[in-house]
Amino acid sequence: MLEQHLAALPILIPLLAAPITFILGRSWFTWLFATSTSALACFFSWHLLAAALSDGVLSYALGGWPPPWGIELRVDTANAFVLLAVSTLSTLVLVYAKDSIEKEIEASKHSLFYTAHLLCLAGLSGMLLTGDAFNLFVFLEVSSLATYTLVSLASDRRCLTAAFRYLVMGTIGATFILIGVGMLYMMTGTLNMLDLASRIDVYESSRTINTGMAFIIVGVSIKLALFPLHMWLPPAYTYAPSAVSAFLASTATKVAVYVMIRFIFTVFEVEHVFEEMRMDLILMVLAIVAIFKSSYTAIVQSNVKTVLAYSSVAQIGYMILGLSLVSVTGLMASFIHIFNHALMKGALFMAVGAVFYRVGSVDIKAFRGLGKQMPLTMAAFTIAGLSIIGVPLTVGFISKWYLVTAALEQNHWVIAALVLAGSLLAVVYIGRVIEAAYFQEPTESQAHNKIKEVPWLMLTPMWVLVLANIYFGVDTSLTTEAANAASEWLFQNTEMATTRQEVIK
Amino acid sequence: MSNMIPFLPLMLGALAALFLRGWARNIIMLAAPIVGALNLMGFEHGVFWAMEFMGYSLELVKVDKLSLMFGYLFHLAALIAVIYALHVKDTVQHVAGLAYASSAVGAVFAGDLLTLFVFWELLALTSVFLIWARRTDRAYASGLRYLIIQVLSGVLLLAGLLIFAKVNNSLLFSHIGLDHDGIAQIGAWLIFAAFGIKSAFPFVHNWLTDSYPESTPSGTIFLASFTTKVAVYAFARAFAGEEILVWIGVTMACFPIFFAVIENDLRRVLAYSLINQIGFMIVGIGIGTSLALNGAVAHAFNDVIFKGLLMMTMGAVLHMTGKINGSELGGLYKSMPKTTILCIVGAASISAFPLFSGFVSKSMIMAAAVKEGYDYVWLLLLFAAAGVFHHAGIKIPYFAFFAHDSGIRTTEPPKNMLIAMTIAAIACVVLGSFPAQTVYALLPWEHDYQPYDVTHVLTQLQLLFFSALAFVWLNQRNLYPPELPSTNLDVDWFYRKLAPNIVKKVACKTYGAYEKLENTVVISIKHMLQSSYDEESGKPKGYFAKLWPIETMVVWVAGLLAAYLMLYYIIGLL
Repeated sequence: MLEQHLAALPILIPLLAAPITFILGRSWFTWLFATSTSALACFFSWHLLAAALSDGVLSYALGGWPPPWGIELRVDTANAFVLLAVSTLSTLVLVYAKDSIEKEIEASKHSLFYTAHLLCLAGLSGMLLTGDAFNLFVFLEVSSLATYTLVSLASDRRCLTAAFRYLVMGTIGATFILIGVGMLYMMTGTLNMLDLASRIDVYESSRTINTGMAFIIVGVSIKLALFPLHMWLPPAYTYAPSAVSAFLASTATKVAVYVMIRFIFTVFEVEHVFEEMRMDLILMVLAIVAIFKSSYTAIVQSNVKTVLAYSSVAQIGYMILGLSLVSVTGLMASFIHIFNHALMKGALFMAVGAVFYRVGSVDIKAFRGLGKQMPLTMAAFTIAGLSIIGVPLTVGFISKWYLVTAALEQNHWVIAALVLAGSLLAVVYIGRVIEAAYFQEPTESQAHNKIKEVPWLMLTPMWVLVLANIYFGVDTSLTTEAANAASEWLFQNTEMATTRQEVIK
Repeated sequence: MSNMIPFLPLMLGALAALFLRGWARNIIMLAAPIVGALNLMGFEHGVFWAMEFMGYSLELVKVDKLSLMFGYLFHLAALIAVIYALHVKDTVQHVAGLAYASSAVGAVFAGDLLTLFVFWELLALTSVFLIWARRTDRAYASGLRYLIIQVLSGVLLLAGLLIFAKVNNSLLFSHIGLDHDGIAQIGAWLIFAAFGIKSAFPFVHNWLTDSYPESTPSGTIFLASFTTKVAVYAFARAFAGEEILVWIGVTMACFPIFFAVIENDLRRVLAYSLINQIGFMIVGIGIGTSLALNGAVAHAFNDVIFKGLLMMTMGAVLHMTGKINGSELGGLYKSMPKTTILCIVGAASISAFPLFSGFVSKSMIMAAAVKEGYDYVWLLLLFAAAGVFHHAGIKIPYFAFFAHDSGIRTTEPPKNMLIAMTIAAIACVVLGSFPAQTVYALLPWEHDYQPYDVTHVLTQLQLLFFSALAFVWLNQRNLYPPELPSTNLDVDWFYRKLAPNIVKKVACKTYGAYEKLENTVVISIKHMLQSSYDEESGKPKGYFAKLWPIETMVVWVAGLLAAYLMLYYIIGLL
């Protein structure tokens, strides 16, 4: 029974649990319930990845209606891999959140936090697993609405403006995707992604299809915060509660990157998007500008959460850069970085949240002298920071390695050099925080009241991520195997789509 | 396989030192290098702990005579340095020192470029704490400069190894050479540059003279032993016989002499002489015959010990008096007689007196130069050898322990310092007197060289005596540059003073222009706002200010969408 419905479980479990948490009210039991729900989802997504790696594609017809008429959930290595990262991060963040939100969210809103978090998880899982273009929009809205709620929960009132900006931009993005999907539906009469792919062939040069593509790519670009459309992200991550920032930074934008990949590879076909429409050039330029401009902006910030937010925009640049290289290795680099960046940013935001928990501020001045006062937290920040920079023995190095290899494969010398130069900018913005923590004396007010290490419930998930940063930096078999399978599968996907179509007929 | 990975004993020692205190830590720190060296003895030649990483085969440990020789050397150096540092009550120095030695051992046993790169970066990261351990602002700034240059070397190595990984589909570390086709040529040069930075090639040598003298007395002993020697090892393995190295090496052997003669900080004098000695080794590697290569690695072996000894004596002086400038010291032989004698042993070794260790290795390189017809090189090396005797052999002991009496009265340094210096001094004499049984037995390449024949000994003695004569004569006629408290300008002036000034000017100009542009834009926008909204109530303005970033965002969205549509339209037309 469970085996049969495995594909739907990671979506259904948090979706059904969300209202229950709301009813449970505020108690530690709510926290336990939400966390175990997320852990259960994580367990099933692990199973899904194992199944996808061994059996290939799993197709599940929702409600028993066979595709392309009903809604189809399609599990392959690509989305199972990202799903695993998302659900793992969600579980760790929930463990971390128990103490963290005490200081950042009003007690009356705690149950709301858990509800919104689980809804967001359900939405993100749905976006990943669904094989239906309209259903994707629905799940996108589920996760987005939950996200706006999460951002606005912080006790700092500036989060409301941030959430509102996010709301406006997110809605425009979602609307654009809807318009694009609508145009595709108008031309093809179908919403199933594979079905769409096979029918688009017929209208390849059609202007409507291309307009739809433009809408979808711009819409998704907003959701994934591609460079000129990223302005909603920094305030949202800065003013959201730390647990929310940790979760969103490591999952929400990554899922959007996956959606971009999915649309380009599964629906519109690689040759059409990249060879005929030359999207690779545009994406490459935007990605490189994103890496440099955002890293530079991160350097001049004084709020450490803003620094990390801009750093996220830059890291998304690396993912899009891998995609824009249009090769198996490039796509693999993107997938690996999606997974690895979740590990790094999760740990970094958790460490910053821990600082807020004790010091009450995340300004860079508040970090002075913390190396002595909060040694474990700052050690976690340092290791995760080294990972962002791309130091060997951390996952960041693996990401950069594949990205540079992919660039070198096509003799893009300049790009390989730019990737390495981008890491140097990361040295500066991470280095500023580390310098403050280890080499500067604490400010007067902080030196007097003794600052202690945070509770172990916050430290444990943080260090799990930090150790994962090191573990997956040394033993890369899981990440490379899954990413390789995913990208190879995506590149030969077009043929598979046509063969499947014949079976249906 | 009952052995440990070679770098592990020292690394475990560093970890243990982190948590232990007092005598327990001392025992662990002394045991780590000894256990490590014993561990090496159990190794046979070959590859161990091979593994797969991202589709490349890595060899974590590759043992041959060359790596074994450096392995033993580094354990000996670590032991001496640890003894010397025992009295220091500073966890940072102890941990960093052992971890640093462990990285050096890891680097020389690395069988592939990636492992080498990891230890290459670890060398930089661990050693910088030895500089920062001085805990002065100068040391902090100097450590940062050091770190930047060392990391740069690592990045170059990474770039080079990526190219090699792509071209050869293999990461194994063996002879590289500079002759390649196409892309591999760039890769080879990148790796060459990375090694060159670490071995303090001319124009990139300033990190060494800048930072080593800023470290603590015991930190400098660690620093002087490892980084540059790892680079020499890497050159010997990868670029043996590249002629360009001969000329680079000769330059390195000669130019520091002038700086060393006028330098006042005696530890900085030794830092310059370190570059000069590396020059000899690089020449040997560049000549590339088995005699020359043997000479180069033997000299590296001896240099670690006699340079360590000299650094230790100067460290002892600094530790006891708090002063290290030649102009402030003098006459210390009265209160530190043992240190004086040990310093003279070190000076005799570096100046290659017969029966002292420098002689047996330096003459190998010189002999190889003559044999291969590098006559001018031989002459220049001869000049360099005289210069070494001059600044390291005479100047160091003379200005610290003799010269005019500075009036400083102090005592001998702590026992552990004396013991460490004595071990090094005994090693100098033993290595110099019985080379065949000691250092020559470890040499990696075939050889049948005999240093003690009439020509070598006579030439060297002549050289030394005339050089001493020159010093005495100059000193008598008051022509010798006096020790003055001054700062010497080296080429780092270009990038520490000149370049920032130019950059600052350019940056100011560009920024000024940008600011003007921004100002006009901002003013025009403000103008627009003011004209359309009531200024006195202020509210609409605030309301608008909150909203207008969203508008900007939306404008961008619309702009990008329009751009895409235009592009597709144009592509559709084509």
